[in-house]
Amino acid sequence: MQALTFAPPPPPNDQTEALRHEVRDFLAVELRDRPAQKRAESWSGGDPAFSRKMGERGWLGMMWPKKYGGHERSALERYVVLEEMLAAGAPVGYHWVAERQSGPNILKNGTQAQRDLILPRIARGELCFCIGMSEPDSGSDLAAARTRAERAQGGWLVNGTKVWTSSAHKADYMILFCRTGAKSDDDRHAGASQFLVDMKQAQQGGMTVRPIIDMHGEHHFNEVSIEDLLLPEDALLGKEGDGWKQVTGELAFERSGPDRFLSSFTLLVELVRELGPAAPERAAVAIGRITSHILALRRLSRSVAGMLQNGEDPALQASLVKDLGNSLEQEMVEIIRLLTDAEPTEAEGNPPYSVVLAHLILTAPSFSLRGGTREILRGIIARGLGLR
Amino acid sequence: MTDQLADSAEKLFTAHAGKAVLGAAEQGVFPQPLWDAVVEAGFTAALLPEEAGGFGATVAEAMGLLRISAAYAAPVPLGETMLAGWLLARAGLAVPEGALSIAPVRTKDRLTLTRDGDGWTLTGTATRIPWARDAAAIAVLAEGPDGPAVALLPKGSFTVAHDRNTAHEPRDTITVEATLPAGAVALANTTAAQLRAAGAAIRTVQMAGALSRVLSITIGYVQTRVQFGRPIGKFQAIQQNMAILAGQSAAALAAADNATDALAGTLSPLLVGSAKARAGEAASIGAGLAHQAHGAIGFTQEYDLHYVTKRLWSWRDEFGNEAEWNALVGRAALEAGPDGLWPLLTAA
Ligand SMILES: Cc1cc2nc3c(=O)[nH]c(=O)nc-3n(C[C@H](O)[C@H](O)[C@H](O)COP(=O)(O)OP(=O)(O)OC[C@H]3O[C@@H](n4cnc5c(N)ncnc54)[C@H](O)[C@@H]3O)c2cc1C
Repeated sequence: MQALTFAPPPPPNDQTEALRHEVRDFLAVELRDRPAQKRAESWSGGDPAFSRKMGERGWLGMMWPKKYGGHERSALERYVVLEEMLAAGAPVGYHWVAERQSGPNILKNGTQAQRDLILPRIARGELCFCIGMSEPDSGSDLAAARTRAERAQGGWLVNGTKVWTSSAHKADYMILFCRTGAKSDDDRHAGASQFLVDMKQAQQGGMTVRPIIDMHGEHHFNEVSIEDLLLPEDALLGKEGDGWKQVTGELAFERSGPDRFLSSFTLLVELVRELGPAAPERAAVAIGRITSHILALRRLSRSVAGMLQNGEDPALQASLVKDLGNSLEQEMVEIIRLLTDAEPTEAEGNPPYSVVLAHLILTAPSFSLRGGTREILRGIIARGLGLR
Repeated sequence: MTDQLADSAEKLFTAHAGKAVLGAAEQGVFPQPLWDAVVEAGFTAALLPEEAGGFGATVAEAMGLLRISAAYAAPVPLGETMLAGWLLARAGLAVPEGALSIAPVRTKDRLTLTRDGDGWTLTGTATRIPWARDAAAIAVLAEGPDGPAVALLPKGSFTVAHDRNTAHEPRDTITVEATLPAGAVALANTTAAQLRAAGAAIRTVQMAGALSRVLSITIGYVQTRVQFGRPIGKFQAIQQNMAILAGQSAAALAAADNATDALAGTLSPLLVGSAKARAGEAASIGAGLAHQAHGAIGFTQEYDLHYVTKRLWSWRDEFGNEAEWNALVGRAALEAGPDGLWPLLTAA
């Protein structure tokens, strides 16, 4: 059970706290007029102009080498920027996936040309990425993916369907997970690869993106059907057949950050505003409990950030942080709604608290699905415990 | 904490805190050989500054030792002796040898100092005092004529009525009417709230240690207990519960580390309070899942699990339960207001 150890998180220092204040000053101006219901979108809310401004400040690709447009800063400095953005409800959605996992994947596995082409643009906040993993018959069981790339004249010929692809309608690139060979009898993870797909080009040659409207009435995710799409030779990301290893490496970045426990933070802020300092004891206890959970999660999450920086593989720890974090994000909504008599509604003209509450009630079910379901995460943890 | 220090602690408790010792302690037998070994190893001095008799360990190392002792359910006043030494050293009083405790530990209990010639008289009653019957001395945070003062109350200068917690650890009532020499009293630069916070930090670390043991006992059990032809750990329902248990254990360890930081720093009530509350909640969830996974065997005197779970069920309430600390944390959040809430959390 050694695997469950969390390394001590890198300690804050003058530099990180100076950065924190720089970010806060920036946000105080940038978000001055951003209403609570927009802040509540958390990292689902995006604005390309905002992403560019973050890029100008040097707050994207912070840990990457300078030669790729990065800033060679520490995991903790990046963490500070992430958490300040999320706590303030900044519109970070445009670059979020690119900066969180696609960029690090390309940095680790990409060719020189891919790195040179893509990384500086992510660091400038110019690129939006989407994740092409899930399929109609392959959700939790990612290894069951059927989308297939075959070697063809001039590259790879791809056929299949991806689904639930967030931002595919806006994205510049997709990192596509698909089959390139056969599974072997003893390894159902064999024979998969990742591709770096230029979305504009692809949609002129065999890819169709159709919106799927979620139950909240929003268009975030899509169905992406791919028919005889010819990808150039150099679209392969990493090594042919290493897709499974690469995709699981990506998931450690995807699962451990503050985005996995701060999705409901705006609701807590609006509750505190609504109740005021004279709130009843019952509310103080409930708010204290939520706060106590956040403080423990912050420590765990910063620890994983430090482990990633040191080149360790905290996949198990990341799953644990996401599971604890998603449970809190969802529970927060249920706890908070009982602390006032407001009824949830997003209709215009209602007070921000009611609107934010409704927003979170209607989006919270997705928190323990996206990025790996609760049950799957717990399965990974159980494996780490030696039970599977 | 260095691996070497951790190893030596593991060895010590493995050798001296076995089942027979734990069982006898529940019957009221103080485990003298275990205690002698703990003192001999220097663990009781680990939280003391060097000038007060410490050996230069960091606060994190001291708390690491305490966490390991709790994982073994070691039935000795290591945390209390550390806490008493901490209180005495902060007041500039010499730290005596032997087992120590602190008083009062309940918010409503008061011990009062009045002048008596060159010396002092200390009077009052304090309940739920850990290990009072076994302590060589008790460090008292008393109400003095000039504000809070720390007094060192030696064995024999108070009477003890036995009481205990759910794990049969001594939690006695002391009644004091003692004359103390001038040198046994000093002005305190520790408030009652700070002593309570330090006590809460100690219990948080202990809970994290005990819960990590609950996890390892339980994982071991579900891998060996066979039902329906396979180890019960192969059933997904069990696996999912073990993942929850592991998550609660990790959260408790993170809380303990936060509490340790607070103890090493300014004793931030927000950091300590949130940690005590979070670990307490983890204790409740974790102990419940562990017993469920064990079936009837875990409900027996014979099986080890109860030595740790019974401690968890008391430690979560001692020095303030989740409701008390969460209320304090929540008040701080409400007072910070919508714009101050996040800065409050990052400064904790
Ligand atoms: C808002 C949102 C955004 C998303 N964005 C993307 C995206 O950008 N790109 C992308 O590729 N995917 C995306 N997804 C898809 C997401 O990764 C999948 O929803 C998730 O992996 C689960 O797959 P599924 O929905 O097919 O459910 P299923 O896998 O069919 O699961 C249904 C239920 O069965 C449970 N289950 C399945 N297998 C097991 C098992 N072995 N043991 C126990 N329980 C099991 C699951 O936990 C779940 O409760 C998104 C999903 C959401 C909700």
